[in-house]
Amino acid sequence: MKENLIIKDFCKIRNNQIFRNGILLFHDETLANPALFLKSAYKYFNLSYPKFFKMDNLSKLGFLATEILLKDKIKENLLIPGETGIVISNSASSLDTDRAFYETISDNSNFFPSPAVFVYTLPNIMIGEICIRHKITGENAFFVSEKFDAEFLYNYVSDLFKLNKISQCIAGWVDLLGDNYDAVQYFIEKGKNETNENVIFEPENISRIYIK
Amino acid sequence: MEELTEKLKKEIIEALNLEETNASDIDTDAPLFMEGLGLDSIDALELIVLLEKKYGLKIHAAKEGKKVLYSVKTMAEYIRKNNKG
Amino acid sequence: MSDKVFVTGIGIISAIGNDVSEVLKSIYLKKSGLGFSSYIDTIYKNEIPVAEVKLSNSELIEKISNHSSQLYTRTALLGLIAAKEAIKNAQIENISEARTGLISATSVGGMDRSEIFFKDFLADSRKGRLRNIIGHDCGDNTTKIADYFGISNYVTTVSTACSSSANSIMMGARLIKNNILDRVIVGGVDSLTAFTLNGFNSLMILDRQPCRPFDETRNGLNLGEGAGFLVIESERLLEKRNKKIYCEVKGYGNACDAYHQTASSPDGTGAKLAMTKALKVAQLSPADISYINAHGTGTPNNDLSEGKAIEDIFQESAPYFSSTKSFTGHTLGASGAIEAVLSILAMDNKLILPNLNFTTPMKELRIVPVIDLIENAEIKNILSNSFGFGGNNTSLIFSKC
Repeated sequence: MKENLIIKDFCKIRNNQIFRNGILLFHDETLANPALFLKSAYKYFNLSYPKFFKMDNLSKLGFLATEILLKDKIKENLLIPGETGIVISNSASSLDTDRAFYETISDNSNFFPSPAVFVYTLPNIMIGEICIRHKITGENAFFVSEKFDAEFLYNYVSDLFKLNKISQCIAGWVDLLGDNYDAVQYFIEKGKNETNENVIFEPENISRIYIK
Repeated sequence: MEELTEKLKKEIIEALNLEETNASDIDTDAPLFMEGLGLDSIDALELIVLLEKKYGLKIHAAKEGKKVLYSVKTMAEYIRKNNKG
Repeated sequence: MSDKVFVTGIGIISAIGNDVSEVLKSIYLKKSGLGFSSYIDTIYKNEIPVAEVKLSNSELIEKISNHSSQLYTRTALLGLIAAKEAIKNAQIENISEARTGLISATSVGGMDRSEIFFKDFLADSRKGRLRNIIGHDCGDNTTKIADYFGISNYVTTVSTACSSSANSIMMGARLIKNNILDRVIVGGVDSLTAFTLNGFNSLMILDRQPCRPFDETRNGLNLGEGAGFLVIESERLLEKRNKKIYCEVKGYGNACDAYHQTASSPDGTGAKLAMTKALKVAQLSPADISYINAHGTGTPNNDLSEGKAIEDIFQESAPYFSSTKSFTGHTLGASGAIEAVLSILAMDNKLILPNLNFTTPMKELRIVPVIDLIENAEIKNILSNSFGFGGNNTSLIFSKC
């Protein structure tokens, strides 16, 4: 039977709602700003990872999405950290945190550049945080584009698998700027398309999951 | 001295985003790095910023910082000794 | 069987020269580009050495001689100049004769102008000229380059900190090997900004002296700016084009260090993984490498981590190695590509590049960097390292044809 790439799991964090494989796991529409919502979700899912609070909002969002995405895999020891790749893109890069850092240096009378904020003025630090948590040492890449591009994601990730660089992949879109955010992550593995449960990793399915 | 250490603990919690820690959880004499609170190098840098921001004290070299930032007690002693107000 | 990937053009602008021939001259003279800043508005102007491109924005605009470049950010200007040189060097007459892509990279984007805007805007929200922020996005310099040359098959921007432009090169090579493109212009650019200077200073990893990579007394890095671009083409396209080839892009590898947001692991895990992967792709063994262009920032942390990784992989057969950041400073997002250009120049001119400012070996390492410019060297394969914040580590291998 031909081997395909399968979307094993997917997670979406949007409009103060968190879905995993299409099922709503948590929501709190009363919280207006992302920081409060993400903190509330962290507590709800009992994540127990104090370093979470040092992260900027973008990293918190990406980190949270991955925690939920990998829930079962971690419990059942199915993650292979040395062979897991991470491919994420967004449109705002780290602009949200860039602004926060700039505010610590913009006023000469109150000039205190914050190292803890500066550390997050690069979008790929989010990937770094995920890797540190799960000891993932596979290939990782971060792209900045105007909008979510299913075709691009499909091509890039498929290529990594084809070259046998990875056997698992966390891929998706994690974007945050001010009060607006959007995160969709996919967990991709090789598989056979025998059953209806296996969603094939191809642009149409990737788009469909992203849009819904 | 006690007042200062309690104030410092609250300021440390705020500066380092230690959301799950209360002032009562921090032992005044315990090492802040490695064991104790398990802070890292970026936290050390933020504490250096805190000393400058709140107490007007500037630490220039990493070695000096290591000694001063050993525990809440050593930080309080440093502030007392060099207090500019 | 996938096509081989060859380098047919190189372009560069940096603190040691505004084009390839100026850069080569500086190498022969062992002339570093480090010094105090002339152009950026910062309180550290006379305190922190940087490696600035020795041209003002007006002078850069003049070089491009395109009326709309008045509004370009310094990042876009530097990128365009270097990309122009690479494309000219590759003697491309008709860009659309083959499927051609562009992959640029940057970490600051148009921040050089945005920070000017933001200062005025924060003080008074009616102030601040919007023209200063239209070039803010990381993709801006890329779009400007793509539009200038009419590149449309594939255009994207990589932003993974200090490994950004090394990743551009890796990605371009893969697109060719997968027969998606025939030719890619790959590289990156970063300009100096008060934002970055203050940020790195707050991390206390800047040296107040010129940096001393792999030296026992090293105390940090010096920031630099510039741009580097390569034109890489497929074997098949070159059969028709018959153009001089610099070298082959033979190997590449990327891995995550998974240790800390900005520090490297003490045993160099990520560095080891990246170098090992690159050797595997190139189907070479460590003994085949003639020279390593190290990431070598001059920070206590990186040089120890990278040094240990090199010792572990190369054991008794460690080749010549050096960091050229004491020439160009640490050019962040552009460093992978700038150092690729330097490595290719070294190979083309049979040079081993020196590690300036080195006097005292590190007590933790057996190996020491090369301090002289060695001429008439037989160079078969060069390994170039670029390790970024977030633990994003990339190694590239260039091979003589």
